[in-house]
Amino acid sequence: MMAATRIRSLLHALGLLVVLAFALFPFYWMITSSLKDQTELLASPPVWFFRPTLSNYMDIFADTKVTTAVLNSLIVAVSTTLLSVVLGTPAAYALARFEFRGKADLWFWFISNRMISPIVLALPVYLLSRQVGLLNTHLVLVLIYLTFNLPIVVWICTDQFRSIPPDLEQSARLEGASQFDIFWRIYLPLGLPGVAVSAIFAFIFSWNELLYALVLITSQGLKTAPVVATNFMSGYELPWGKIMATGTVIVLPVTVFAMLVSRHMIRGLTMGATK
Amino acid sequence: MTSVPQNLSTQLASPDARGARRHHPGYSRWMPFFFLAPAVIVLFSIGIYPTLFAIATSFRRYNITRRADLQDGFPFVGFDNYFAVLHDRGFWDSLLLTGKFYLSVVPVQIALGILIALMLHRPGWGLLRAITRVSLVVPLATTYAVVGLIGRLVFNRDFGVANQFMSWLGVSSSDWLGNPTGAFVAIVVMDIWQWTPFVALIFLAGLSMVPVEIEEAARLETKSPWALLRYVQLPYMLPGLTAILILRSADVLKLFDTVFVMTRGGPGAATDLISIYVQRVGFKVFDLGLASAQAILLLILTIVLSRLYIHIFYREIE
Repeated sequence: MMAATRIRSLLHALGLLVVLAFALFPFYWMITSSLKDQTELLASPPVWFFRPTLSNYMDIFADTKVTTAVLNSLIVAVSTTLLSVVLGTPAAYALARFEFRGKADLWFWFISNRMISPIVLALPVYLLSRQVGLLNTHLVLVLIYLTFNLPIVVWICTDQFRSIPPDLEQSARLEGASQFDIFWRIYLPLGLPGVAVSAIFAFIFSWNELLYALVLITSQGLKTAPVVATNFMSGYELPWGKIMATGTVIVLPVTVFAMLVSRHMIRGLTMGATK
Repeated sequence: MTSVPQNLSTQLASPDARGARRHHPGYSRWMPFFFLAPAVIVLFSIGIYPTLFAIATSFRRYNITRRADLQDGFPFVGFDNYFAVLHDRGFWDSLLLTGKFYLSVVPVQIALGILIALMLHRPGWGLLRAITRVSLVVPLATTYAVVGLIGRLVFNRDFGVANQFMSWLGVSSSDWLGNPTGAFVAIVVMDIWQWTPFVALIFLAGLSMVPVEIEEAARLETKSPWALLRYVQLPYMLPGLTAILILRSADVLKLFDTVFVMTRGGPGAATDLISIYVQRVGFKVFDLGLASAQAILLLILTIVLSRLYIHIFYREIE
């Protein structure tokens, strides 16, 4: 009896280790590949043990193409995030605390924006921004990224603001606080965890986006990191070490962020459908 | 989810709350409008204007590389583009392939997801379980384009680690991305890697809703983990299943980055999912009228799906 329980427990641990390996393997393979030199990378069968080198990282940081791309991604992601929070939090406050006609419909509309495939909007946005001269600007990316980030901010913050006791608002009203004061001094500070989580989400989604960035930005100096990483894939002799180093630089900060908000990750992705 | 606003609405309806509102001009019924307007106006103009533009374009012959179209000022052609799409084998094939892809990944993700959720739920090995749970976030946060890059490396014919794994199983190496079946399998594997954690975490959320007393009582009643799963745990996991089916179908329709980087839709049309196909018609062939018609049809499909999603999950708010 004891033996059976112990075997089960060991199987459980083994299973968990398999899941851990499954989740992390591609990631592990990318990082170790980025630390190999070209001969080790092209070895067949692949080598698992080698002397790590940082030369790929030195190469990509010496090359302005990658550093500029990372900077571009940073500019676009931070701007979109700020704009999403500035526009999204007041809307979330209204949805959380006011009753008005058509509220449910408005709510649905916000959420359904996130379900639209980028390819649907990419074509007309390409044509429109060509006409008005917004093609090849960071601004067009910042604006189009709002279509999937604003819904996330509105959803998470509405949820967060609802958990703030309404009594606080009542007493502030009796003291003569304006509605904007209440939002600014009560809801934003108390709802900060939700605001922060939704901001991290907006950052991650903007940072990772490829399709819009690919079609709306063609001038080399404005390309974002995923596009530049993708562009490495053309040509005959692929610089695998540099490709994997670039991949690591793109992915690492975002995964750290994601781990920080892992508790909220699922609710954010499902728009709370699992609750 | 709805309890707090309901409390609030009764409070607002109470006499003194109304009095407070009346005394301050800031508390008019237009107040929510001011808070909502910026977000609504911005999102509406970004989302709706391009959509209307796409609808208009879909009724025109609009190829920006064809001189005749430019000279004629993109002539109105009625439903011609839509008829062309409906008669286009490539469009239907890629839609069909997208369906096939969905059916290849989702059942595997559900089976593995349930298994992983049960392992993460089972007591014991606290630290290892916590680390495993956090590690599941990594695939979800990984940039799709980078997933594609990793896929290219892992499935490389000459030095890819996938072939090494196969050789350990006694299977001879193959040119994964060079043949239609291999390329399809490769994108399926990468999608399973990226999205199984999401499915597992949703099921885990469901499992953690099972009341502890009920689960313990059931464990005393039966030794069979199967019976426990079937009669106690599964009922709590099923609501998550609907979320998974609908969200994953929207995601698969959107799927672009990973596949674009890994295969560009090839070899041939073996991995030509719908987003890749529309992107190519629009930005390689530059037949924007046709591509717009395809995009509009895709949008209609998405609206139907998201309405379904909202209908199932948010009925309670109405």
